[in-house]
Amino acid sequence: MLTLYDVPLGSRLLLGTARYPSPAVLAEAVKASATEVVTVSLRRESAGERAGQGFWSIVRELGVRVLPNTAGCHSVKEAVTTAHMAREVFGGTWLKLEVIGDGDTLQPDVFALVEAARVLCAEGFDVFPYTTEDPTVAERLCAAGCRVLMPWGSPIGSGRGLNNLFGLKALRARFPEVPLVIDAGIGVPSHAAQALELGFDAVLINTAISQAADPARMARAFAQAVVAGWEAHQAGPMEPREMAVPSTPIVGTALLR
Amino acid sequence: MRATVIGAGVAGLACALELAERGASVEVLERSAQLGAGSCSWFAGGMLAPWCERVHAPPLIVALGDEGFAWWSEKYPAIVRRGTLVLAHARDGAELSQFARRTEHYEWLDAAGIAALEPDLAGRFERGLYFKGEAHIDPRAALAALAERLGSLGGTIRFATEADSAAAQDGRRVIDCTGLAARSVLTDLRGVKGEMLHVRAPDLTLTRPVRVLHPRTPVYVVPREAGHYMIGATMIESDQASGITARAMLELLGAAYALHPAFGEGEILEIGTGVRPAFPDNLPRLVQRGGTLYVNGLFRHGFLAAPALARRAAAFVLEGREAPEVMR
Repeated sequence: MLTLYDVPLGSRLLLGTARYPSPAVLAEAVKASATEVVTVSLRRESAGERAGQGFWSIVRELGVRVLPNTAGCHSVKEAVTTAHMAREVFGGTWLKLEVIGDGDTLQPDVFALVEAARVLCAEGFDVFPYTTEDPTVAERLCAAGCRVLMPWGSPIGSGRGLNNLFGLKALRARFPEVPLVIDAGIGVPSHAAQALELGFDAVLINTAISQAADPARMARAFAQAVVAGWEAHQAGPMEPREMAVPSTPIVGTALLR
Repeated sequence: MRATVIGAGVAGLACALELAERGASVEVLERSAQLGAGSCSWFAGGMLAPWCERVHAPPLIVALGDEGFAWWSEKYPAIVRRGTLVLAHARDGAELSQFARRTEHYEWLDAAGIAALEPDLAGRFERGLYFKGEAHIDPRAALAALAERLGSLGGTIRFATEADSAAAQDGRRVIDCTGLAARSVLTDLRGVKGEMLHVRAPDLTLTRPVRVLHPRTPVYVVPREAGHYMIGATMIESDQASGITARAMLELLGAAYALHPAFGEGEILEIGTGVRPAFPDNLPRLVQRGGTLYVNGLFRHGFLAAPALARRAAAFVLEGREAPEVMR
């Protein structure tokens, strides 16, 4: 079973809540996905004190664990302030930490990320850092106190799947004990299945579901893919070979002309 | 039949007019001191674009919106029916393909086709979608036209008048069109903040609404009178219309500037924010509660859906005819 910060979870699929056609469609997708964790962005929705109350209460009523995130933050200070706000609004200590380095590509600023993670871990947050596949950064995040890492598959919203397979595999091999959740870039269920097949512990999906023509149905597809990928990983996939290997012996079969 | 409509936004005025045209004696109570003030209708884009809206709304919005063309043409003859142009910059080409896959009633345009429709956009975009049948109106002029028409039918609007919508108003039928203010009764209403700008860019001529797709900050530009454009609109889960953020303004202006650099020389005439009332499915509803009929949840489809909702509200109030598609 997947355990994130000592919380056991029945599903290896985490959902983002942004850019759904409506909160009602979001609720359907969450139900269809059987996810137990949704992430919600505070920053854009909170222009004033408690201004996003309507949407937040919808998210709370989904009946799943909320992982507030710091999407859109560009500095340590912003991320820390947003984290404090998240704790006030949603209670709890979970926090998905995003510190964006480039507004265009939404690439994480790993330097600020490590610093913000250090501050927030020390304050008692359970930090889920959105990072790259860089193993040195991962090392620093763990040293800062993170016990879960969220490496990207490819840039946010790109739907390109796992861009750097070699790097991601190396990260998995290097941190066998740390739960690794692929965050960002997953476009279709086969990408999610691939991530789980490679031994990643879970995937977080937003755009691929929220922007699908039928989000609930796509959520169900992802739920199935995640189960398939994890089962395949546990079952021990065969090693690919260069040559064809007949599955039935040739010796002794009748020769047909 | 005597009816009181509460709220003089587009939903309230459309309902009042439908009732008055069917012979009811109608008065409209409006909290603010003048037409449009305090109403999110004042800040609307005024696009009658049901087929474009299909990209993120269910077919009901198309059906309701489709009824609006004839209604507005009759009530507001200044309606402009020149279609909608949907564009994306080359790097966002995937957005355009996805938009096309989810919608109908458009034709693909190449660079020459775009230039033929809007000469000032010549050489700026390679591909676009043209929704020929769509239209746009100036929401402020349209509200005034509805109010005037209502007056000519004997209806009255009392400004600066608070109304307790729950109280039975001495035998009058009450239709509450107060948007987010009805939240104490319609508890699943929420606000979706929108921010917009009015810019005068006299060097630029656009004759129809232009939507520029972008994965994070899609914008639309709607022409008003000569050289004057409305640029909108953000969608933020928030109940408070408190001012525009610098980021939102930057994004709106950046997108407009990328559409055409002439916006860079434009003069900012107005910055506006409003809060759209929305139910969880972002679809409008008629809700009968106590003696009051609530017409609410028009979200970003106020001018688009108000005529169809007003008709159904009037039919329900005057004839008891139910409209199951909006009375869920």
